[in-house]
Amino acid sequence: MTLPDTIVATRRRRRRGSSFAKAVLRFIVTAATTFLGLLAVTFFIGRVVPIDPALAIVGDRAPAHVVERVREQLGLNLPLYQQFWIYLKQAVTGDFGTSVLTTNPVMADIARVFPATIELATVGTIIGALIGVPLGVLAAVKRGSIADQIVRIIGLIGYSVPIFWLGLLSLLLFYARLNWVAYPGRIDIVYEYTFTPVTGFFLLDAIWQGQWEVVWDLFRHIILPGALLGYFSLAYISRMTRSFMLNELSQEYVVAARAKGLSETRIIWFHALRNAAVPLVTVIALSYAGLLEGSVLTETIFSWPGLGLYITNSLQNADMNAVLGGTIAIGVVFVSINLLSDLLYRTLDPRTRR
Amino acid sequence: MSNGSFGPLLTVDDLRVTFPTRTGEVQAVRGVSFTLGKERLGIVGESGSGKSQTGRAIMGLTPGHAKITAKTLAFRGRDLLGMPARERRDLRGKQVAMILQDPKYSLNPVMPIGRQIVETLKTHEKISSSEAKKRALAMLEAVQIRDPERVFSLYPHEVSGGMGQRVMIAMMLICGPELLIADEPTSALDVTVQLEVLDILDKLVSERGMGLIFISHDLRLVSSFCDRVLVMYAGRVVEELASADLSKAQHPYTRGLLNCLPTIGSDRHPLPVLDRKPEWAL
Amino acid sequence: MSHQSTSMGETLKPYSRAWLLSDRPTSRNQARLGRAYIIWRRFAENRLALIGLGIILALLVVAALADVLAPHNPVQGDLMNARLLPPGTPSYLLGTDDQGRDILSRLIHGSRLTLFVVVLVAVIAAPIGLIVGTVSGYAGGWVDAVLMRITDIFLAFPKLVLALALVAALGPGIENAILAIAVTSWPPYARIARAETLTFRNSEFISAVKLMGASPFRIVLRHVMPLCMSSLIVRVTLDMAGIILTAAGLGFLGLGAQPPLPEWGAMIASGRRFILDQWWVAAMPGFAILVVSLGFNLLGDGLRDALDPKEAGQ
Repeated sequence: MTLPDTIVATRRRRRRGSSFAKAVLRFIVTAATTFLGLLAVTFFIGRVVPIDPALAIVGDRAPAHVVERVREQLGLNLPLYQQFWIYLKQAVTGDFGTSVLTTNPVMADIARVFPATIELATVGTIIGALIGVPLGVLAAVKRGSIADQIVRIIGLIGYSVPIFWLGLLSLLLFYARLNWVAYPGRIDIVYEYTFTPVTGFFLLDAIWQGQWEVVWDLFRHIILPGALLGYFSLAYISRMTRSFMLNELSQEYVVAARAKGLSETRIIWFHALRNAAVPLVTVIALSYAGLLEGSVLTETIFSWPGLGLYITNSLQNADMNAVLGGTIAIGVVFVSINLLSDLLYRTLDPRTRR
Repeated sequence: MSNGSFGPLLTVDDLRVTFPTRTGEVQAVRGVSFTLGKERLGIVGESGSGKSQTGRAIMGLTPGHAKITAKTLAFRGRDLLGMPARERRDLRGKQVAMILQDPKYSLNPVMPIGRQIVETLKTHEKISSSEAKKRALAMLEAVQIRDPERVFSLYPHEVSGGMGQRVMIAMMLICGPELLIADEPTSALDVTVQLEVLDILDKLVSERGMGLIFISHDLRLVSSFCDRVLVMYAGRVVEELASADLSKAQHPYTRGLLNCLPTIGSDRHPLPVLDRKPEWAL
Repeated sequence: MSHQSTSMGETLKPYSRAWLLSDRPTSRNQARLGRAYIIWRRFAENRLALIGLGIILALLVVAALADVLAPHNPVQGDLMNARLLPPGTPSYLLGTDDQGRDILSRLIHGSRLTLFVVVLVAVIAAPIGLIVGTVSGYAGGWVDAVLMRITDIFLAFPKLVLALALVAALGPGIENAILAIAVTSWPPYARIARAETLTFRNSEFISAVKLMGASPFRIVLRHVMPLCMSSLIVRVTLDMAGIILTAAGLGFLGLGAQPPLPEWGAMIASGRRFILDQWWVAAMPGFAILVVSLGFNLLGDGLRDALDPKEAGQ
């Protein structure tokens, strides 16, 4: 459960400092050090932890001179800090080496599979927010009631269930038994020839091209993994919504709104929720980042051709370049969303706006 | 302004507000009775005396888990406790309004000031947006805000406390209520601003012929502002007197409160301490 | 009168309710027990928390008595007669897997692995977080800035992905999985310990200890750390579920415990092939994971509410 901590962290950063320039400077410093740290950790994992990366590539039966040549090619004979410098320079230019499995540059592979993951995580977040926010509001308004308890238990189960297991069972039920959804994958083989995606976001492309049959097929493919990821973000979003709403509903402006004669509906959904929305946006952004991570296991179950499946496939084949490249890609997006949500918070709250 | 019905504006008889807690019930208000016409009534008491809960019970703003009972709680002869929630809500903001203590917390921080005032109007009257804005600007002017157009589009955090409280007054009075409950309306403000805000309140209350319940812990302020004063202690009214007769107060608690006020030229040593006898709370 | 007897202290029967709830304890022991009793009462009011406690106690008992409780050998099955039997088969309550092994027995033995993982991760990660956090909070200045920057960097990492990459580099296996999870779980503990440390860093009693000549090392170790414990325990309990899920995820991907160990995540992976016809092979271990992590979550929620009534219900 990393997400709440990140919120604490961003809040801590938020409280200090007032001037805009300072905030921008701190934003840049935070972003730079975090990305640097990210690369340092992956460098450490890729170059330092394995006893000999060269051996990992050529295998331990290779003749000594081959190993030596690979070592030189990799720059392993240089001191660590020089290796790190080279690694940094390559990473900044988007060079993460070549994938052993696909023989493509890792960066090209990532660019190809990432849209699928983004699409899935977006659908998941939309489902999670659309259901999670109302549930959280309901739980807060009816605090202590049966409805509150049910929302709480739904959330707790979301925090406790292994996503890959739930994925398997839901496939069993909705695909194999009920046949409501399509088989694992992203698109039916039939359409792979008639449909040419442009952006990589299949749903958008199909809608744009007006191919409604394809849209329907895509929907039947994405709905189950999307709903599954949606459940996870729902668990988190509803819990945080409840807590924010409880806080807002105890504020004096709510009493004032009642004194004005406003209806409870308007007070809850317009006044209180509009105030709770300020921190909620951060929560939803963070849960989006969390789904990128959750996609690793979900994509494996649903054969979803995204970054998660790419990483796990590379793992099975000991393709370290691809694994680390994927890790960095997810890390970079994760950190970026984290940082952006902080900026978003500022624009939503008139008190911090300029 | 009066719509023809005479008799008291507000009748309160044996009002009780009870909060259930883990250790049993706590009575915050224990049998408060009074009637109010088009006059200014002050309610004075220390914190926890039940004065704010009395005001909120009249408004219908008591938290949901509390229990309210009264022999009579009537506004213009209409039973407040028996009426449907919907009707009660329509009353709020339109005929009965309330000013809260601190504008820093009682105005919605993420909504521009103008929209908050217009919202009261639109809740109670069928009115076009441009008309509503015009009325809101006029109201802002009535609470002596010099640049209404500018303030209209500001957010609450962008105005000072005194200005915020004026906005609060504007927001609550825009529909022309007949009864106003002011719950410590100046306690959160700077002393210099207090007088300005009181002045505005004073003028609006006389001009519009409203009934006023002024809740405060400040006996002197209340007695100078109101016609009549109720002194509350531990959920009961211990004394009721006209402001002019303050010096004739009988109850030892009121006398104690009065003694706490410094007067020029008298010796203040030792400082008097408020006596609280348990039997007063019986 | 009751007041008097309380103040006398010795008139109360030791270990009675009144003795525990006395507001004038006569010994340190009584005060400590009294406080524990009050926390327990708050905790016990919460039915869900009691269910959580029950689940965890059951897990401990099952793990301790696995050899006695398990009806069959968890790693060696009956390939001849007992392959993929459905639940409810006589002597195979939850059915058998593709190697003819009794799923119930594997689950019972798997509870040991689950406990092994969570306990080891907690034992490694919590002290690291505690040390980083207390030192950072107590020292302040650039030490604080650097340590917290590092903590933030680790916090910014997606946990599971980092653990994946680490195990990929270290090689699969349950010990490496534990190490990887521990590396990714300490930052929140550091944050909590630092926040707690900051709240009493400048308090009177720390100044008093300082005046008595205690070294910073001693202050942090003997006075600061113990005070961070309760919030840390709550947090670790709440994290247990996440640790179990991550470990199961690694096991599912074949990076955690290796066959034939009855690790629950790996069991799901091996049941995946039969999901359409023999659903129970994958369903049972997943259900076990759900119940145990739910237990930890309920327990952690209850503990937080009992230890910190301010936040109760929020």
